[in-house]
Amino acid sequence: MIAHSIFFYFFSIIAIFSSLMVITSRSTVNSVFFLILDFISVGCLFIMVGAEFLGMILLIVYVGAVAVLFLFVVMMLNVAEQKQSWFIGKKSNHLPSGLIISVLILLELLVVVGGWKYKEDLMSSSTLILSDVSNTHQLGLVMYTDYILYFQLAGIILLLSMIGAILLTFRKRTGVKRQSYFKQISRNPSSAIELKDVESNKGVKIND
Amino acid sequence: MLEYLQILGQEVYKIFFLLVPILVSVAMIVWLDRRIWGLVQKRRGPNVVGPFGLLQTLADALKYIFKEIIIPASANKVVFILAPIVTMTLALVAWAVIPMSENFILSDINVGILYLFAVSSLGVYGIIMGGWASNSKYPFLGAIRSAAQMVSYEVSIGIIIINVLLCVGSLNLKEIVLAQKDLWYVIPLFPMFVVFFISALAETNRPPFDLPEAEAELVAGYQTEYSGMMYAMFWLGEYANILLMCAMGSILFLGGWLPIIDIYPLNLIPAPIWMILKILFLFFLFALIKAIVPRYRYDQLMRLGWKIFLPFSLIYLVLTASFLFYFDKLPKGNF
Repeated sequence: MIAHSIFFYFFSIIAIFSSLMVITSRSTVNSVFFLILDFISVGCLFIMVGAEFLGMILLIVYVGAVAVLFLFVVMMLNVAEQKQSWFIGKKSNHLPSGLIISVLILLELLVVVGGWKYKEDLMSSSTLILSDVSNTHQLGLVMYTDYILYFQLAGIILLLSMIGAILLTFRKRTGVKRQSYFKQISRNPSSAIELKDVESNKGVKIND
Repeated sequence: MLEYLQILGQEVYKIFFLLVPILVSVAMIVWLDRRIWGLVQKRRGPNVVGPFGLLQTLADALKYIFKEIIIPASANKVVFILAPIVTMTLALVAWAVIPMSENFILSDINVGILYLFAVSSLGVYGIIMGGWASNSKYPFLGAIRSAAQMVSYEVSIGIIIINVLLCVGSLNLKEIVLAQKDLWYVIPLFPMFVVFFISALAETNRPPFDLPEAEAELVAGYQTEYSGMMYAMFWLGEYANILLMCAMGSILFLGGWLPIIDIYPLNLIPAPIWMILKILFLFFLFALIKAIVPRYRYDQLMRLGWKIFLPFSLIYLVLTASFLFYFDKLPKGNF
């Protein structure tokens, strides 16, 4: 058990430290790097409690895809601009709204932790029988039986948000030449080249 | 406490004996790559240092060690130094779960294939960090290209992995191999094997998808500002990743350490040799493609990933699932 607790404290200290660094570090890119470190150490904690599927999915989805996009956006910001004095000395006027949100989150956390006592009633499942089945199988058994509706709803919400994002950024440009692969491949020398007699002082009309 | 130290010592010993062969084989594979490239173009390739030029990579590595490491004045120093280390570490760390035979495996974890997928998707960080920290235009463009490319092709690799998992019913790499005892998945899932192979080319930034380091446009992409040992680490990490993708391909589709047919002279050959032969076969294809295919344009690359591979592998996934369901061949699992 000693090794287990050593590793637990190791990963949790890294997790807490990096989450503090996310909100305190001045450089936004460093913040994102600390966020990634946070995700990784939380993933390690998941694996330590035996939820290896969740840990790996956290790594794949959050670190492998979401954080990359975060980093993309943040890297586009102008670093020199952030170092100017107005950025550092400026007082934030988001204090009231931030306070309300953080109080709400604190309350939610309290409710969740308080409800832990009643977890037998809250998290009962008729299909799940605890045994030495690997937790990937267990998750599959519960997710596609008891919670199929929520699972499908989550999928539909994600699909809708994807379609929404595409719709918001989509704009049809005019006057852009596009490559048509079928047109290119179906060209042959006889139809591609056309011979014309050019009359003097008149020229030919070229249409593409 | 002494017991823990003993266990730790054993593990370190095992890890050491895994890492050294991998590093040596990476060096050899670089030589093989250049050699095949040369032979396709009717050149000789590196053939001077050592027998058949086998020691060429070692000589190169020695040269890199003695070169000066130059850090640009405007670079973000910590991230700049961290980037090659991240690339190299992630490329080596993934080998922990690769089974070379039924017993020859460092850690036999339940979610082996997910671990491989996670580590290979983390590989993009080394490149982004290197490109951003250089604080220069070409590396940054290269890093952005590379990140977009790797994220797009990961999606189709993920769906291909799901295809295989549907047939196996387990995430354990050993069980994936053992499930192919009667029939390698390259036969029923041949289209997926082709898509996997091409996606692996894109995932490891190999030609014809080596746009992140397209020398005609971006000098050397994200590696432009790197020199000496740090450049060598990027380079070794890249080749270790290529080997890893070959190993993944041979586990998922070519039946890992299993012999072609389980008959007398063939099953005398030890299992790790089969595995190595399959990895080498896939790498040979990688090297051939580098020599014979011209580079893609960036929009063509994105089109191939999102508009062709993604729908195709999704459709094939539905087909596989329906086939398995209809003929009642779905794996029952071991629970």
